[in-house]
Parts: sequence; C-alpha cells; structure tokens
Amino acid sequence: MGFRFDLFIVLIAILSVPVLSDLILSKVDRRIDLTSQVVRITSTLKVENSGNDPVSEVLLAFPEHQEKNLAYLTASFREGKGKGKGSTSSLPVEVVHPQGMPPALVFYSVSLPKGLGKGESLTLDVLVVFTHSLKPFPKEITQADFQLVVFQDSGHYLSPYEVKFQSLSVKLPDARIESYTRLENTKTVGSEIKYGPYENHPPFSYSPIVVHFEQNQPFAVAEQLVREIEISHWGNVQVTEHYKLIHAGAQSKGEFSRLDYQARPQVRGASAFRHLVAKLPPRAHSVYFRDEIGNISTSHLWTELEIEPRYPMFGGWRTSFFIGYGLPLQDFLFESGGKRFLNITFGCPMNEVVIDNLIVKVVLPEGSRDISVSAPFAVKQWQETKLSHLDIVGRPVAVLEKTNVVPEHNQHFQIQAAIQQVHDIISRCLSIHDKLEASLRDLSRTGDVQACKAARKASDGQLKELSKELRPLLAFLQSSPQAAQILPKVEELVAKERELQEKLMLKHTTVADSYEKKSGGKEIENRIASQQQKIVALRQEVDDLLDYIDEI
Amino acid sequence: MTMIAITTHFVPRGQQGSRYPIRSCQSLTRPSMAASEDSNQSKIRTVFGSVLSFFILILIGVLAFSIRLFSVIKYESVIHEFDPYFNYRVTQFLTKNGIYDFWNWFDDRTWYPLGRVIGGTVYPGLTLTAGSIWWLLNSLNIPLSVETVCVFTAPIFSANAAWATYLLTKEVKGTGAGLTAAALLAMVPSYISRSVAGSYDNEAVAIFALIFTFYLYIKTLNTGSLFYATLNAITYFYMVCSWGGYTFIINLIPMHVLLCIVTGRYSSRLYIAYAPLVVLGTLLAALVPVVGFNAVMTSEHFASFLVSSVGTMILPSNFVVNFSLQVFIIIHVVALVYYIKGILSPKMFKVAVTLVVSVGLVVCCAVVAVLIALVASSPTKGWSGRSLSLLDPTYASKYIPIIASVSEHQPPTWPSYFMDINVLAFLVPAGIVACFLPLSDASSFVVLYIVTSVYFSGVMVRLMLVLAPAACILSGIALSEAFDVLTRSIKFQLPGLPENSQIDVSLILFMLLTIKAGDTTSSSVVTQNDAAKTNKNEDTLKERPSRKNRKKEKEHVEKTSIKSQIKKRLLVLPLEASVAAIFLLVLLGAFYVVHCVWAAAEAYSAPSIVLTSHSHDGLHVFDDFREAYAWLRHNTEVDDKVSFLHVYLSVVCLIFLNLFLHGIMVWNCSCILIVFTLLEL
Repeated sequence: MGFRFDLFIVLIAILSVPVLSDLILSKVDRRIDLTSQVVRITSTLKVENSGNDPVSEVLLAFPEHQEKNLAYLTASFREGKGKGKGSTSSLPVEVVHPQGMPPALVFYSVSLPKGLGKGESLTLDVLVVFTHSLKPFPKEITQADFQLVVFQDSGHYLSPYEVKFQSLSVKLPDARIESYTRLENTKTVGSEIKYGPYENHPPFSYSPIVVHFEQNQPFAVAEQLVREIEISHWGNVQVTEHYKLIHAGAQSKGEFSRLDYQARPQVRGASAFRHLVAKLPPRAHSVYFRDEIGNISTSHLWTELEIEPRYPMFGGWRTSFFIGYGLPLQDFLFESGGKRFLNITFGCPMNEVVIDNLIVKVVLPEGSRDISVSAPFAVKQWQETKLSHLDIVGRPVAVLEKTNVVPEHNQHFQIQAAIQQVHDIISRCLSIHDKLEASLRDLSRTGDVQACKAARKASDGQLKELSKELRPLLAFLQSSPQAAQILPKVEELVAKERELQEKLMLKHTTVADSYEKKSGGKEIENRIASQQQKIVALRQEVDDLLDYIDEI
Repeated sequence: MTMIAITTHFVPRGQQGSRYPIRSCQSLTRPSMAASEDSNQSKIRTVFGSVLSFFILILIGVLAFSIRLFSVIKYESVIHEFDPYFNYRVTQFLTKNGIYDFWNWFDDRTWYPLGRVIGGTVYPGLTLTAGSIWWLLNSLNIPLSVETVCVFTAPIFSANAAWATYLLTKEVKGTGAGLTAAALLAMVPSYISRSVAGSYDNEAVAIFALIFTFYLYIKTLNTGSLFYATLNAITYFYMVCSWGGYTFIINLIPMHVLLCIVTGRYSSRLYIAYAPLVVLGTLLAALVPVVGFNAVMTSEHFASFLVSSVGTMILPSNFVVNFSLQVFIIIHVVALVYYIKGILSPKMFKVAVTLVVSVGLVVCCAVVAVLIALVASSPTKGWSGRSLSLLDPTYASKYIPIIASVSEHQPPTWPSYFMDINVLAFLVPAGIVACFLPLSDASSFVVLYIVTSVYFSGVMVRLMLVLAPAACILSGIALSEAFDVLTRSIKFQLPGLPENSQIDVSLILFMLLTIKAGDTTSSSVVTQNDAAKTNKNEDTLKERPSRKNRKKEKEHVEKTSIKSQIKKRLLVLPLEASVAAIFLLVLLGAFYVVHCVWAAAEAYSAPSIVLTSHSHDGLHVFDDFREAYAWLRHNTEVDDKVSFLHVYLSVVCLIFLNLFLHGIMVWNCSCILIVFTLLEL
C-alpha cells in the first residue's frame, strides 16, 4: 500500500498549494468501465471560468502510480449545452510540469481551441485508458478457482480545480462483488456501483476506493507483437503478426487436469481463456494461424478469425504464434502527387488485447525512397532493410515502435514513399545529355546536320517533360520536414543540372551552326573549347552531388 | 530385289566391347542415294526419340515429386515422424552455426545426463544436402525456411532417383526399359513410404545415391572409363555420408565382381570399375566420422557367406579385412593371371597354373583353418547385432531384444509385399528371365541385385526399400520387353499395312495407352527385318526402310540372317493374343498406378505428429502431441529436465524444446530402468 502512503503525503502537500487558476468544474460525471482487463475511465467535465482572464488550457491530474499504466488519453470538447449537440473534436494533449504542484502527480494539459472568457463554460469529454490496473488478488489460484481482482481509484475526482458537483459509477463484469469501499451515498445497482453525488470538493480531494470483484474476462497481454506489413506492387498487402502472449491474471498453481477442463470448462477453468477473436479487415484473404511447429488446427475463420491457442491459457501461461493474411492493395494504397501512401491500421486486430510492446514494420517495395510516416500519436521510428524474394539491394522497412498499446490505438497511420524521385530524373537528364553529345559525334562523322537537329528537338522535348515532373517533387521536398537536411543539396543539384543543360545546348547550337556554315573542323573546336571545359567541370559537379545524395 | 537394313541398335553392353549405339549399315543391293536419305531420316527419328524421352523424363520427375505432396495437401507442410525431427534439428544447427561447429557439436540437451556427440554419430549426408540447398536458395535471396527445405528434400530426391533409375536401366536394357523403370520407380509405394514430403530421413537421399552409384558402376563396366570410375567413388562417398545402407553397395559390387570372375567374364573394364571404387571409395568413406575405420575393419553383412569360398585375410585380434578388400585382392590375382596368360604360351601357362594352384591350395587350407579358429573364438564374429540378424533372422530375438522390438526390423508379411511393390512382384520374375536373354555384365548385376535385396527384404521389413528399385528396374525391363514382343507381333501380322500413317497411328495409340498406364515404353517400337519384306514389291520398299529405321533393334537380335529370320517368325504371337496381352498389360499398369496413388494418398502420407479421423460430422484433428510440446516449449525454463518414456518421443521434443531431456536410449538398458523408476511404472 505504498502508493497510499504517497498519496497521504500528497494530500498534506496539497493543502499548501495555491489554486491554479480561476477555473471551476461545475459538474464532473465519471464512469469507470471494469468489464475487461483494460480500464476505461470516461469523464465528462463541465468547465467554467470564474476568473477575469481568459483561460486557454485545462489541466488533468493523475497520481504517478496510475499514470505509468496510462495507455491512452484523449479529450474532446463539445460546445453548447446538452448532449449530442454540436460537433465533437479532439484536442491536443501534452504532459506539463506546472510550478508548485505536488510531486506525486502528473499533469496533462488540454489546449482549448479558443480562450475561455469570463463566465463562459464548455464541456470536455475525457477518455483515459489504463492497462495493468486490475491486480489479481489472491495472486495464485488453482484450476477450479475464479479469478478475483482489485481495482483502486479515488472516489472523488482528483483535480487541481474546485469541483462543484460530481458523481462516479463503476461498471463491473457481473454482480459478483467480493467487497468495495463504502463512502457516503454509495449504492450498487446490478453490476454497477454508484458513488455520489458529492458537492463542493476543494482542489486535490482524494478518497481512495477499492473494488474487489470477480473478473474472468481474458487477461491476454501480448508481451511483444511484431506486425509486418509487406506491400507488393503485384496487388497484395501481406500482414504477418507475431504474438508473444501471456495470461496476465492470477498465476495458476497446482496441477492442471485436462480431463476436468474438458468436462466442465466453465467451472474447471473459468479463469482461463480458450480463444481470442480477431476482426480482420474486410476482404482479407489467405488467412493463416501458425506457430513454429506448424499450423494450429484449433482455429476457426468465419467473418472474424477465432484464434484458439494450442492449449487453454491459464494464469501465467505463455504462448507464441503468428497469424497472417493478405489484403487487396487498392484498399490501402493511394496515390497523391506522384507519391504513394499506405493507409493502414496501427494496432492489432484482436479484441481486448493489451500490447506491452508493439513493433510495426512496413516493408516497402524495393527502390522506394523518401519514406515518411505520419501516425496519430507518438511512436519511436527508424528504418531497416530487408532482403526478400530475389531482391538485390533489399527493401526499405519503416519500423514503428510503441509501448502499452490498447485497442483504442487501432487507428490508421500513413506511410509515404516517393518511388519516382529527383535522383532518377536527374539521371535521366544526364542520359539525354549523353545522347546529345553522341549526336554531335555523329555529326562530326557524317556531317548530317538535319539528323543532329532532330536529335536536339527530341531531347528538348524530353528535358521539358522531366523538369515538369521535377517541380512537384521539389515542392514536396520543401514542404516535408524530414527532407530539410538534404534539400539544399538537392536544390544545388537541380541548379547545376540546369546550368549544365544550358551550356550543352549552347555548345550543340554552336556546333550545328558551324556545320551549316561549313566551317572547318579546327575552327569549330576552337569555338567550343571553352564551353567544353565548363561542361566537363559542371558534369563532374553534378555527378558528385548525385553520389552525395545517393549516400544520404 | 533390293533390300536394305539400316538399324540403330544397342549392342549388348559389356559383351562385345562396343559401347555405344551403332548404326550398322548393311547395304545389300540398294542404291546408295536411298541409303543416305534413310540415314538422314533415322537421324531425325533418333533426335525425335531422344527429345521425346527427355520430355517423358521431365514428366516422370514431376510425377515423382507431386505424388509425394499428398501429405502437404492433406495435412500441412510439416516434418513427419521422429527421426526426421532429429535430422531437422541438426540441419537447423548446421545452418545457424556452420559446418565446423556442426562437426564438433556435443549436444548436452539429449539423453540428459550423458549428452550426445552429434557430429561423430550422425550420417551427415542428408543434413549437408538440405543445408546446402537452403544456403543456395538464401544466397539467391529466396527466403525459404529451413523447415520448408527439409520438407521438400525427399520429393526432390525422388525425382532424382527416378532419373538415376532411367540411366541405370538404360545401361542394362536400353531406353525403353529405362523409361518404364523410371516411371515405375517414381511411384512405387515402398519408396513413397519413406520419401513423402516431410519425411526428412536418410533414406530420402540415400536411395538416389544407391541407384546412382550402381548406375555409375554399370556405366564404368560398360565403358571402361576411369572418369566414370572416379565419379562412382565420389557418389559412393555421398552414399556413405547419407545412410548406413552403404554396406549393401560395398558388398553387392564385390559379389558381382566375384560372379564375373567366376563365370569367366573378367575384363580390364571390370578391373577399372572395381579397383578405383574400392581404393578411393574406402579412403573417402573413412573420412566420414561415423564410419571411420569401420570402412576397413568390420566385416559387415554377408561377408561370411564367402569366407570359405574366397578365404579371408585375418590379422591378430579379430582384424577382419572386409569383403570388398578380399575381392580387391582376388581381382588383382585374376588380373595378374590374365596378364601372365597374355605373356606366356598356352603350354607354359598350364604349367604355371598347376604350380600356383597346388601351392595356393596348401596356403589356402592353412589360412582357412586359422580363420575358422579365430572367427569361432569371437562371439559376434566382428559384426553388429543388426547385421547378424540379417544373416540369421532369429538372432536378434534371441540375443538383442531391443533391436527385435523395433517394428521395422521384423520380417515382412506377404501382404506387405503386395502393398509395397504391388504388381511389380509378379513382373520381377519375367524381368529376371529377360535379363538372361542374353546375359551381359550389366544384366547379371541387376539379377544379383534383385536376388540379394529380396533376401534382405525377407529378413527385415525396412529393407523393402532396397528391394523397390531393383523390382522397378526388373519390372521395367519385363514390361518393356513384353511390349516389344507384342507390338512387334501385331505389326508383323497386321494385314496389308501399306500406309506409314496407319502405322504411326497404331504406334501412337500404343504409346498413349502405355503412357496412360504409367508404363512409358520406349519411344519407338522394335521390329525386325523379316523374310516377308523381301517379297514386297518396289512400292512398299520405299516406305519399308523408313519404318524399319524408326524401330530399334534389341540386343538379342543379331544381324540378319536367314536363320534368325526364321526364328523371329516363329517368335511372333497370334494377333488376337497380342492385342489381348497388351490390353491386359495396360490394365496391369493402370492397376499399379491406381494402387500407388491410393497408397500415397491414404496409407503413407499421415504425419504421425498430427492425426485425423473422419466421422459423420466431419474431420477431426487430433493435435494433442503438439499441444503438449508447445506447452513445454513456452512454459518451461531453459534448464528444466523432462523425462520421457519412449525413445522417439524425446527425439520429437528435441525440436521444440531447449531442455535437458532424459529419455530411453536404445543402447543403454540401464537407462530404461531409470526412466521407468522415475515414472513409477
């Protein structure tokens, strides 16, 4: 009960803390959902500004021990009064460390879209998701026991602001409650415990409540999940998910009797989970479910995939397996401005699985470059290379890593890659230059001016097209922050190339003209000698730049 | 009357000294223009034939591969049985750690308190083969898992074995027999039982190595080429690496050499076929750690049969030089005798022979006496128990019950012959007869092969696997010969066949029929010049030669003479009988195919790790083996110790676990006791 002690200190500290701002929570309505292993707390806060200055941010406070299990936090706000009115939009949330606050609390600041003027009010909906917050008690059970868990929170809303009116309801999976903390105004309705309403609590009020109840929902925790999303331009997105799963509930002790379990799984194995359900994206095909030893024959596939590990999962038991499926490419890959982007979900498709460490690897086709990732939340990311079927240089892999993932993270993220890029275009320009040079050599050999002019005309056309293609790419490079470091080089490259192009054209014209005027070979050489020098020097520079960009 | 006989025929191998197809051109009174035209046509025919047989061989390869995929289709791509899992584990280690670590690998996880020296106790051939296939594929960036490679190694090598059978039979009795034998081997149930996809065991590659070694031996015997002899030694080395069954090769080949010497067929080709094999092969075999000095020090298998007849060099302390070396000495003696015979005049030679024989006899008697005394003094006569039980089927059950307890070491029942080689059992005698018409070095080898393998298969059901290729080869020869005779009779008797096209139609029809039956006969049907031809008029003569050319002459058909022509006429069967017989043969072949497919699909494709059963409400999968293994794998610590009752189960677990395993060892009975005590049984 260390944290309670902490809180005690906190509470003492609180007394000396000044009121942060003039905000008042005129009404707080909290609902704690304990029906699964993931704890979801939905709070509706009615914020009122009683001061004179407009306020642009609202602070949310969490005790540290709770905050470290916080997996997901979103705040959205509703304008106007009643429910359902007005549009909801989520607001940016960030961790802040305001001065003079008690140490055992972590604060999140919700930025309001516009300042809250005097006497104005708005309604905030805050959804907080915690993992690993239900502690099994007792910690070890036998096969025949039910699993009991303990949940702890505050009966009063912990907030740096004064709370005028509040209520709390705790929703449990069923009515079998072992015990719970009784405050004033506490009652149980079926599987729900209702606290409140309470009125006029000062800032940082905290009254611990403990709920001890039966919870036999699957406590499936993926200690690690590696999702590999491989894009094939042949029209397939192949997803492979490697799970390392553990039953994170009460440890199983004693013997396991398969016979008992088989005969009465509801009684002799209530705490175990037999299967998980994965909702695969529509049009998923070629689904498989395997582990190192081979196909896991206990699974079923209807509209959703029912994943049943080889053995029922009791507390503390581990397993690992992988599932895979193919998706049609056109559902996930889109094109915009010469670049392609993949839009696919981040989390795992399984219901109510907590993922301690999620690694998403997006394997792009060989030759993709300028990869950029945009995810709706913070992730660690880096790049790798993977050698796969008959690859020569390997496929670029964008890797995203995130810890403590809950189903709420199952949002779409985007990966962009410019497959056709600056480098290619410049190389193509250079090859056209080579062609022009070749046409000049032909000219000196055959003296056919017309052919040379035709070659010139064709190259002109091609170069124009290429410079057109180049424009959007450069625009993109300028806009994307990742490209900032290589941008000057690229711009230099493009400029040099343009200069080279001009010089070459000049030389070409000179030579062609001279031939038309039937001047002697010596004369021509003299005329172009200086141009030739510049061209060679420029070409050298362009090549160097190309190599440099290549290395980046 | 003009008459031309241009025939492409295979001279009997190893008989006349001419090794390659010879087109003997006997132009009697015909203008030479026509002759060259015909030779052109015959060349086209030959090319057509070889292209056709090439495609047939590819199809046979596909057949051999795909008939073994039932296990993957019906179940999944998974390693079967128990030993294969051990091999898979070794392969994994090899691909992960490289070859040097593999040689030095001491596995402390197996047979818990003792451990096992893997590098020195496994036949590395299979592992190295699959390992190099995997390495090759991965270096081409084809990311197949080690498991996938292991699963499909056996089917790939079955296709190779079918092609090796083609080569071997072709050396013995020509292309037609070769193709038939290859097709038969591609789907013989006995071989399928050991080489379905997932059956990753030594036999998977060893049967190919066995057949290919025999092929190279015969090839050397037919050509007298030192090149093939060297190749033969290398293939033999591969066989030694792959399977303990190499002792069969190194005993069968000396037996054949001895047979050739005894029957007066000694030639320099025989010497070249044998001497390099023994020297190089034995040296190479000694390089394999698991064989080591066993290559020279043990007298495995049936060497003792010949102890009295050939005399055994015996050294103190039971150092029995093995059978192949005895024959090696004999062949040198014989070579010397032939050499001296060439130098000396017949009279001198006779004197020399009497002298040597009388001295030799005395020495021999002394040696034999010593030998018998020494051999009698050692209880097992220097052989392993498994080999002894080959000679005396009751030996194991009397003295080494643990060998006898393994079901695959039991003698087979009659139905198992029908199950495993099916109609081949009936065709083999006919094949043996065909091999005696005429008897060549190569065909005598095949006969010897079938005789010995029939004996061994009768002792141990497992050795049915060695019998299967021999049975296929002989049945291929038998079928091919039978089709030759029958189609020849039909063609000879079909009244008024003036059109070439008609013949072609009938030929194609027969070919189709035979191919359909799985018995691909030779691409051209054999016929023979006959007396009737000489009576034909000029018109038919134009077509006649071309028809003849397409038809290859068989070994036993000698150059045309009036006598043989009459003989041939007498050999011709009645038309109705021939048609009926062909129909029956095709039916027989069809039955064989149906049986093989059934055996492959139903009998031999179950991975013993997963079981299924059909009931009225669908398919039930019994996957509890893997359930238990998976649990152990994921929920035990690295150094936990697990005890098993059955030897094979522990082998399965090797692959799933990283535990110390305590299981029953076959070679240590006290261990069994410990485990039984542990499990309180």
